[in-house]
Amino acid sequence: MNDRPLTGRMHPDRTPLSLREYEQAGGYQAVRQAVGRIAPVEVMNLVKESNLRGRGGAGFPTGVKWSFVPRGAQARRPVYLIANADEMEPGAFKDRRLLEGDPHQIIEGVILASYAIEADIAYIFLRGEYTLAARRVRQAVAEAYQAGWLGKNICGSGWGLELHLHTGAGRYMCGEETGLINSLEGRRATPRNKPPFPQLSGLFGRPTVVQNVETLCNLPHLVTHGAAWFKELSRCKDGGTKIYGVSGKVKRPGAWELPMGTPIREILEDRAGGMRDGVHLRAILPGGASTEFVTVDQINMQMDFDTCQAAGTRLGTGMMIVLDDQTCPVGMMLNLERFFAQESCGWCTPCREGLPWIVQSLAAIEAGRGEPADLDILEMHTRLLGPGLTYCALAPGAMEPLHSGLKIFRDDFERHLREGRCPWS
Amino acid sequence: MLNAEEKQLIEQAVRHYEHPRAACLEALKIVQERRGWVSDDDVRDVADALAMSPAEVDSLATFYSLIFRRPVGRHVILVCDSVSCWIMGYERIVQHISERLGVGLGETTPDGEFTLLPVVCLGACDRAPAMMIDGDLHGDLTEEVIDQLLVTYRGKKME
Repeated sequence: MNDRPLTGRMHPDRTPLSLREYEQAGGYQAVRQAVGRIAPVEVMNLVKESNLRGRGGAGFPTGVKWSFVPRGAQARRPVYLIANADEMEPGAFKDRRLLEGDPHQIIEGVILASYAIEADIAYIFLRGEYTLAARRVRQAVAEAYQAGWLGKNICGSGWGLELHLHTGAGRYMCGEETGLINSLEGRRATPRNKPPFPQLSGLFGRPTVVQNVETLCNLPHLVTHGAAWFKELSRCKDGGTKIYGVSGKVKRPGAWELPMGTPIREILEDRAGGMRDGVHLRAILPGGASTEFVTVDQINMQMDFDTCQAAGTRLGTGMMIVLDDQTCPVGMMLNLERFFAQESCGWCTPCREGLPWIVQSLAAIEAGRGEPADLDILEMHTRLLGPGLTYCALAPGAMEPLHSGLKIFRDDFERHLREGRCPWS
Repeated sequence: MLNAEEKQLIEQAVRHYEHPRAACLEALKIVQERRGWVSDDDVRDVADALAMSPAEVDSLATFYSLIFRRPVGRHVILVCDSVSCWIMGYERIVQHISERLGVGLGETTPDGEFTLLPVVCLGACDRAPAMMIDGDLHGDLTEEVIDQLLVTYRGKKME
């Protein structure tokens, strides 16, 4: 179990651990150990030392993120901690697994993070479609209150935490840090300008930390077993395990908790069983819809933040989507860009205007009505919608598969233009 | 008009936040759960309950995809149209449902039984293609599975 701390104690039949089962398996020990016994700043230092990096996709060091939150008399109260459970990146289903399978684990993670930043109120922002997770988390929150893990004076420390489940009503933008904050305030999920960063002025203008579910689930184990243990779990310099997943035409699609830095080949072949009979691997989106494609010759690449970045892509969610040779790459890119165009909140001009253009061009090419100049226009958009020109990462993220796809699938695009139809249809 | 139960639930939700407007989506969901959709009158009532303007409430109701501003059928089918489901046969699946129901995406069957809508990635990519009916997830969809589900849900109104 110890090499799979997040998922090792889950039931194989996917029923959730009850409070009693969770406590018997060592649950809430980290709260007992830390709250009122170790100074909040020491919990933060432990997380810094462990090299835990955010599992939502950006990979920002968690302890460093917390260090910007003002402490003590400086802080405007209440201070907020928000668990980002708005899992909506196409290809991702890891947070669902964590929320449904072990709802007390995320609650314990929320308590520890809140303690470390001296927060008063926490929310779990859960996407509206995760109805089963909502039922299970709601029940677990009630149990945790009853057992004294939430509420006033936790473990006799004098410190208390209020935790509420907040369920969303759709829109990918709610997963974006500042879009989430706006949505939680009862506004449209549009992004905010930074600075000020949420750690100084976030929810209702108060100090706020937003943290992904998987990141928070690491905390109980990290506090119990220490930073050195945590670092040893991985196969790279970032600490811990990672929940990797595979979807597409593979034999056994699924998600597995493995050492951070596990190579694509091991995940794809040993866990997912390789490609289904009759189809061959063409390319992979390693970390969800908003990452650059990698090709067959890159499958020995280790799946960690730095290696992925050095290879020109991103670890993202670590949930890979596999493209096979029987599926049209142009059609796949059209599907991806349609998603981003639809989910754009309309706040920034490049994103609002550019993404529909891209969809139109890709749709024309896919339907056999494309012109050679369309490829140049698409390429131009990858720069016009790139980093630094919009308030959030939706448009730059949308450009990642387009940017690499235009290069990798150049021949396929040209065939569409030449033949005046989709060769796969 | 909001009834006593709806008012009470909305008041309860408001207590979870520093500002009442933060409970706006929850209030819209409370109304929608009981009435199927959110009418112009409902928008005004929710606005009154939260000290917001109807325009502010409507700006949220029209932004968030799970709030319905038009009547929907007794059962709402949300078919995932994101990339993993697309690779695994979304187009075939949605065509089959359309043929069975006689309606396209965004439409409601004339008998008021089903509304068919697309939805972004449901986080069920390991069970693609996938869809939700009335908040319940169904994966590994085939034509046979869909036919079975439609019969089951159609029967549910008889209960």
